[in-house]
Amino acid sequence: MSDDNSELSARQRDEARAALQRDLPFALSPSGSFPSPEGGPDLLATSDIVVEAQQIAAVARYLRASLNYIYLSNITAVDLLAHGCFELVYHFYRLSGGPALTIKTRLPREKPELPSLTPFWPGAAFQEREAYDLFGIVFKGHPDLRRIYMWDEFEGFPMRKDFVRQGDKYLSE
Amino acid sequence: MPSDDAVQSDLEQQGVFFSTLNRFYNWGRRSSVWPMAFGLACCAIEMMATGLSRYDLARFGAELFRASPRQADLMIVAGTVTKKMVPQVVRLYNQMPEPRYVISMGACATSGGPFRDGYNVVRGIDLYIPVDVYVPGCPPRPEALLHALMTLQSQIDRQNLKQVRWYGKKARPQSQDFPVPSYGPHGLEIDGKLVDPVGSLPLISSYSSPMEGEQRRDQIEHPELVRVFPDMERELREETSASYAEALEGEDQHVRR
Repeated sequence: MSDDNSELSARQRDEARAALQRDLPFALSPSGSFPSPEGGPDLLATSDIVVEAQQIAAVARYLRASLNYIYLSNITAVDLLAHGCFELVYHFYRLSGGPALTIKTRLPREKPELPSLTPFWPGAAFQEREAYDLFGIVFKGHPDLRRIYMWDEFEGFPMRKDFVRQGDKYLSE
Repeated sequence: MPSDDAVQSDLEQQGVFFSTLNRFYNWGRRSSVWPMAFGLACCAIEMMATGLSRYDLARFGAELFRASPRQADLMIVAGTVTKKMVPQVVRLYNQMPEPRYVISMGACATSGGPFRDGYNVVRGIDLYIPVDVYVPGCPPRPEALLHALMTLQSQIDRQNLKQVRWYGKKARPQSQDFPVPSYGPHGLEIDGKLVDPVGSLPLISSYSSPMEGEQRRDQIEHPELVRVFPDMERELREETSASYAEALEGEDQHVRR
């Protein structure tokens, strides 16, 4: 069962990649735009579709309009500190069923800015606010980008890997 | 006193009841401890189970979960208390009429539990309000909460009308409002001072619980102990990179096949 699902997932991914290659070739991200650290595992290696961050809105609208991925299920962020980038992961579904389509995009840690999807998917508002609250990722065009979990007075972005470590167990360092 | 009790139960069997005012009064209070309907996390599910028919908190006179702090005697802090929630918890506690009691239910409310080293959970609600009974467990079973209630009842039994802090003219500590912490850039503040700052040693509760109403601030738990914490992260890091490498290799093979 899971094999069928992963096959279906791979087929969906390849179809979407081919469609993007055909219609939005400038949006696909060339591999190796962020350097991998020496010796460590290459966390950027992936079989998922990786797109240019500034084109994410165009890609998402294309997926909805032309490929029928009308349900944006999830937006989340990963802090790849050693690679100097944030990775944003978007999951899209078709309402007719089938596995999720995963779209990834990478941002430099120094200036994590990319277009918001909230003007097109109002349901993205809270998830983008969460990524802003915990990772400090700025979604340009978001109508109401403020903290959602932490209080407004809070300083810093606690899910970043370089956020100050807390608690008794670090005291001996 | 034990001999008195023996005489008393002897007489009670024959239908004669003697009591002191104190005992009679405490009996009345212990038999109708009304908790507040107030839950914060998964412990609240166990609290609800305790109130329902299988465990039946009504047997101990505590079945009336009040929706208003004004009518409640007992606050069961059931679950993880996030820093964002603390001002509301303290406000609710301040709104309860005295005598009022607090049960800290579960590991999170007592010490922060598994979230102790995180950025958003307080290291024990007892830094902000006095706690009468602590219940260990994650979450505690309903039996444990019942035992906590019975412990609280025996504490109420031992209280002396003349000495409790909420009667009499003399102003006593802890009968006024408790300070409501405010949100600061690095955590919760009282009077502009950070309470239990992150990365610091754990503090002892600011309020000793029941009757004396002693208050203290900024005292460290067991300051005489030398604290050495293992570097749990180094091994974790190595493990993670190893498993990542394996996973990546596996993925390559999958692609090749």
